[in-house]
Amino acid sequence: MSTPYAKLPRWVDYGLIPAINLAVAFFVAGLVVMLVGENPLSAAVILVDGAFGGGQNIAYTLFYATNFIFTGLAVAVAFHGGLFNIGGEGQAYIAGLGVAIVALSLDSVFPWWINFPIAILASAAVGAFWAFIPAYLQAKRGSHIVITTIMFNFIAASTMVYMLVDVLKPAGSMAPQTRTFLDGAHLPKLNWLLEAVGLSVRSAPLNITFLLALVMAFLVWLLIWRTKLGYEIRTFGYSPKAARYAGIREARIIIVTMVISGALAGMMALNPIMGDQHRVALDFVTGAGFVGIAVALMGRSHPAGIVPAAILFGMLYQGGAELAFEMPNISRDMIVIIQGLVILFAGALEHMFRPWVQTVFATLAPRAAGVPATSGEGA
Amino acid sequence: MAEAAIELIGIDKSFGPVRANRDIHLEVPRGTIHGIIGENGAGKSTLMSILYGFYQADSGEIKVGGKPTAIKSPNDAIAVGIGMVHQHFMLVENFTVIENVILGAEGEALLNTSIAKARSELHRLEKEYGLEVDPDAVIEELPVGLQQRVEILKALYRGAEILILDEPTGVLTPAEADHLFRILRQLKEQGKTIVLITHKLREIMAITDNVSVMRQGTMVATRATARTTVEELAELMVGRRVLLRVEKGPARPGDVKLDVSGLTVKDSRGVTMVDGVSFNVRAGEIVGIAGVAGNGQSELLEAISGIRKAVAGKVLLDGSPVDVSGLTDPGDLRDRGLAHVPEDRHHVGLVLPFEENENSILGYHDEDQYVNGPFLDIPAILKSAESQIEKYDIRPPNPRLKTANFSGGNQQKIVLAREMEQDPGVLIVGQPTRGVDVGAIEFIHKRLIAMRDAGKAVLLVSVELDEIRSLSDRILVMFAGRVVGERGPDATEGELGLLMAGVEEKEAAE
Repeated sequence: MSTPYAKLPRWVDYGLIPAINLAVAFFVAGLVVMLVGENPLSAAVILVDGAFGGGQNIAYTLFYATNFIFTGLAVAVAFHGGLFNIGGEGQAYIAGLGVAIVALSLDSVFPWWINFPIAILASAAVGAFWAFIPAYLQAKRGSHIVITTIMFNFIAASTMVYMLVDVLKPAGSMAPQTRTFLDGAHLPKLNWLLEAVGLSVRSAPLNITFLLALVMAFLVWLLIWRTKLGYEIRTFGYSPKAARYAGIREARIIIVTMVISGALAGMMALNPIMGDQHRVALDFVTGAGFVGIAVALMGRSHPAGIVPAAILFGMLYQGGAELAFEMPNISRDMIVIIQGLVILFAGALEHMFRPWVQTVFATLAPRAAGVPATSGEGA
Repeated sequence: MAEAAIELIGIDKSFGPVRANRDIHLEVPRGTIHGIIGENGAGKSTLMSILYGFYQADSGEIKVGGKPTAIKSPNDAIAVGIGMVHQHFMLVENFTVIENVILGAEGEALLNTSIAKARSELHRLEKEYGLEVDPDAVIEELPVGLQQRVEILKALYRGAEILILDEPTGVLTPAEADHLFRILRQLKEQGKTIVLITHKLREIMAITDNVSVMRQGTMVATRATARTTVEELAELMVGRRVLLRVEKGPARPGDVKLDVSGLTVKDSRGVTMVDGVSFNVRAGEIVGIAGVAGNGQSELLEAISGIRKAVAGKVLLDGSPVDVSGLTDPGDLRDRGLAHVPEDRHHVGLVLPFEENENSILGYHDEDQYVNGPFLDIPAILKSAESQIEKYDIRPPNPRLKTANFSGGNQQKIVLAREMEQDPGVLIVGQPTRGVDVGAIEFIHKRLIAMRDAGKAVLLVSVELDEIRSLSDRILVMFAGRVVGERGPDATEGELGLLMAGVEEKEAAE
């Protein structure tokens, strides 16, 4: 028997319910803050102020959000195809090689606006390749993609250590990282964008990759909801049997979907490497691949949800750092707890408050909440 | 009137804003067989789930044997003597009959004492009610009719005085169903009370003492079976007059459109499901394939439509071969004029979370009329969906509504509209009216006849014998993967029933 979920107005589905979930997450997080003897209200103030309390803070928040938009989109595209790509972390990490090759070989040759498109292609190609192997193994050999993508995270990490220590490190340097890029591989900052609305930014890493992320969010929307390929991906994701019936080839969809997903994850490497550090260092992904899973869950795999969800997580990263600095009792680990609570309530317990909201709406406006949604499942 | 075994007073149950049951009153006298009929989604199963403790009513009262009773779980239901036989059996396939019977009622740490006790108890039940079954047989080796008997034994072993049966004949041959009815009558004579949920009017008339009709969550009427008619019940169920028998003229068969020879299909475990089946379908006729569910009909349909590989055999579509032993692309077959209404519309024929218009192009999403280069031509798709909605009277008429929110009958119409509107030469249809309400059945049957009269070849697979008999121009009966007989449309139910049960052609003719 199917659970007869009635239709709710769109703004409730996509606005009110996530807001309630978020509020509860912060409430519980507040209890945790109280537990360590700090005032949850002032903690909240520090957190929000740290994330949005000035041009500088906003720029940092958006810088982190950029990473999460890419990885969130990557996970979301795979979700639509019924695939769980846990390998965003590894795909982004290894894609750093693609960026490195372009930047190291061309930074003295071309200006940034020629190198940037080439680096986009290179990062996407390497990320896509890293996702292609697990996809091929699933499509042709039946190896489960969750397992293989996790394993490929480890392979990527080891490969990068080897590359940075033994291949890319300049002779005589002590640090496992590439040389610093020349100006030809520095991406322009977006400080002017914030300054245009009257905010002041001292120095923040927010750069043009943020705009690339927004363009990708639009392209993902176009792909999933407006193209034939997107239709096939969604059909396969909801029901492989229906896809088979409709003449959609399973192996092709698995591989194409994962390649797109990997390419999106790969582009994340551009942001810290060419936009901020101007070199490839160890662990530059710093968990963004995994946060992408939470972002996709919270954003309901829709770009219009993923961008705000990514900004929310950017806020937790940036505001959390400030919080740990201002309140010594609250360590970085506490921030991770708060992030975990947000994921728990927004992602895993998504439907916890839904029946309750439905009942409220049914009582307030019986017509708007929809008449009996009898589904055809055998009565 | 005898004392009431069960009394339901003012039962209300909502799921969110959906009121599945509203103000239900029902009284089942002790020692009677009480039928509950209604269309899909009328609330029958919800009501019985409340009685059996799966759900709790929002308000209302349940009285068992005259005493108000709170039933919070199936254990409570069993404790007051209510037993349930589910539509899908709840048996452990690789356990023996006796192990299944004592499951959950083992009583002690060591099994052998309770098994010994159960053995003598089973023996008694067997003699008393004619429920013969070998206690040491393994479930998966028993035919479904006997598996169902084990379900009944399970309930009786737990001391059930009131037995609820949910669509018990869906998986049975006519002969097995008759046997079940004999058992039910015997149980009734011993004083047990039986509640029978079904959508088959014929069964209601054959066996019940009283019948209650549900529609849209309410109990619309209760009648003594002897004083009602099939027509009245159908009208009560649907809320308007319905035509139960399809009108059709004689068929005018033309050329052979679909020719199947020696088709053999194995399932994923390597068991032969279709065994050298040969037949053909001509333009302008409906060929029906009758048989009890699970005798290879599903695999036959899947092999012809390119979803499943065949291990041997040939299929000719319009005289040219189809590569059935490789994985044929169902898309290619569509291009060649073969449309397929699959048996399982929930998982195969439709993508339930999709909007209606998205499902209206499933399988045809490659066609020029629906795409612009790599993009979907959404205005064109919506327009074609709207015209299908209008032509097939799909309700509610909203192409942007999620498909899951349509009723079973309307979902089926979405599939039919999609497949028929592409003007195929051959239409293969599996279980077109499974889980579909009476009103929509009438519509779907008329459409299938119209396809035939328009000169299309129609292959119909159904487990509803009535449907096969009223629509088909030729009837093939499948048993254990083989076609065991071919009959004309005037074949009697008994004759077909024997063939469906695997009685050989010669014996059946006698």
